[in-house]
Amino acid sequence: MQSESILKVKDLKTSFFDEGNEIKAVDGVTFDVPQGKTLGIVGESGSGKSISALSILQLIDEPGKIIGGEVIFKGKNLLENSDKEMRKIRGNQISMIFQEPMTSLNPTQTVGQQIREAYKTHQGIGKKEGNKKAIEMLKTVGIPSPERRIDQYPFELSGGMRQRVMIAMALACKPELLIADEPTTALDVTIQAQIIELIKELQKDLGMSVIMITHDLGVIAETCDYVAVMYGGKVVEYRDVITLFKDPKHPYTVGLLNSLPRHDIEQEELIPIKGTVPSPDEMPAGCRFASRCPFATEHCFVNLPELIDIEENGQIRCWIYTDEWDGDQEVKVYEPERTS
Amino acid sequence: MTTYIIRRLLQLIPVLIGVSILVFSLMHLTPGNPALILAGEHAPPETIRAIEKRLGLDQPLHIQYFDFLKNAVQLEFGTSMRDRLPVIDHIKPRIGTTIALAIYSTIFSIFFGLIIGIISAVRKYSFSDISLMIIALFGLSMPNFWLGIILIQFFSLKLGWFPPSGWGELSQIVMPVITLGTAGAAIIARMTRSSMLEVISQDYIRTARAKGVSERIVIYRHALKNALIPVVTIVGLQFGGLLAGTVLTESVFAINGMGKLVVDSITARDFPIVQACVLIIAVIFVFVNLIVDITYRVLNKRIELD
Repeated sequence: MQSESILKVKDLKTSFFDEGNEIKAVDGVTFDVPQGKTLGIVGESGSGKSISALSILQLIDEPGKIIGGEVIFKGKNLLENSDKEMRKIRGNQISMIFQEPMTSLNPTQTVGQQIREAYKTHQGIGKKEGNKKAIEMLKTVGIPSPERRIDQYPFELSGGMRQRVMIAMALACKPELLIADEPTTALDVTIQAQIIELIKELQKDLGMSVIMITHDLGVIAETCDYVAVMYGGKVVEYRDVITLFKDPKHPYTVGLLNSLPRHDIEQEELIPIKGTVPSPDEMPAGCRFASRCPFATEHCFVNLPELIDIEENGQIRCWIYTDEWDGDQEVKVYEPERTS
Repeated sequence: MTTYIIRRLLQLIPVLIGVSILVFSLMHLTPGNPALILAGEHAPPETIRAIEKRLGLDQPLHIQYFDFLKNAVQLEFGTSMRDRLPVIDHIKPRIGTTIALAIYSTIFSIFFGLIIGIISAVRKYSFSDISLMIIALFGLSMPNFWLGIILIQFFSLKLGWFPPSGWGELSQIVMPVITLGTAGAAIIARMTRSSMLEVISQDYIRTARAKGVSERIVIYRHALKNALIPVVTIVGLQFGGLLAGTVLTESVFAINGMGKLVVDSITARDFPIVQACVLIIAVIFVFVNLIVDITYRVLNKRIELD
């Protein structure tokens, strides 16, 4: 039985408007983040995963705009909040860390100033007490000699250190939900593992829920309880992590897994997904993945499948799993074209 | 920081020597023998030679230069060719006026430039942004002497709000400061706007917003300090133009400052005064740039620690 959801995103739509053209970056995204668990959002660049995350906190910059849907955090729709109410949530109840630790910290402020600001903003804590807490927090995220680091500027720290500072800043007010937007993408492989470990540990200590956005299925396997696979601004598959890896249903998910080296099965070669993500104006009217899907029929190109329940806590957006499917009945999506 | 300032001060020595050589050559590159001018066209050769001897013009060039340098350090610039009074007596009462004019105008430029630039950036593409930027373009395009004349025409002659000339009263200060400071304000406004817009789209601004701080803090604490770094450079470069501008502004408003003294002395071929004024203005400019560089480092910690 799925535990209570801390966050429910329903049919979220965010578009960018450029001289009258609408680019649907997030086009009806729906997912749940169960309390205390980690939801992974995986997808290629441009699939809308980062924009979905920024939309949760309403951090979309012009010319982007959230045009529909609901973001229900602890029973309340955040999209109905005023700016002021949103500011009380940002960095306090929901925090976010970003992909680029090199550019995500203010270059003209010390590490201490930037962490202290979180305490000052949400708890009204002054400089002295704030400094003490900031040092405590830096210690928590594993930064050696925090008393010295606190007066340093971001450019004096390595990428891994900066990401730790970002985490310290994000977790300063003990948020209930952390959104990590590709937190390890810009880091060295060894540092990646450390940062992932750190997030997992802190999650356990603080009992918070996490949304882990990544294009790396390895990170998903290591950290997540549930996974939402995104393609073309939509969630195409939402499963718990074990089921997803054991029995992927959506042809896109299967494609992702096939293109990944694995230790648990014998692979002679990796099978890439054909083609590339179509640009927004070339998106098929029906299933977004149709143009790259080895099973797609005419029906798929024209008609958009709904996100349907296929099991408890499992949903999929694919015609193959509906009664309307008129394609090859013998298709076994989970074992396609494997050469071994 | 202290070592930086000391190092920069030491670096100033060759710059100042260069400036002094230039100023010294000015005298000798100008056509016409100063002794001849002093003595009058029909003076007998003995008189001219006597004047040359008195002014040291019969000495070899390098000796003349070292004498000039030695005297300049002691603020001893010789005597005016017109009234035989020491040059420094002409400069002393006027230098304060010019420095005040330059400082007030700089403050005016920075104050209005920053405010206009920030408003424009925060409300980009809005009506107020577009109108402010058009005004700034006007401010930038108007030659300052022309602006001065227009201001006199309108506010002094037509409306009678401000006196058309002089310096000292607040009412006398307003128009010259606007005249001299407008172009700078316009440049700073445009620079601040583009710099702010660039900074606002940076990742760390998104981080600040994600932290839940108010938009006011995002703009003033996170964006402005970063945006100011290129603006400070512009302010420093502007100051040279500002000093040149004092010459015109003082002439338009009949302000008895160094700028006007330079103009009058050039017309009268009063070389010792011109020389002294140019030297002093150059030295002021060099030191202002030092101050700008120091400010730059205070804003941009990265340079200091590199």
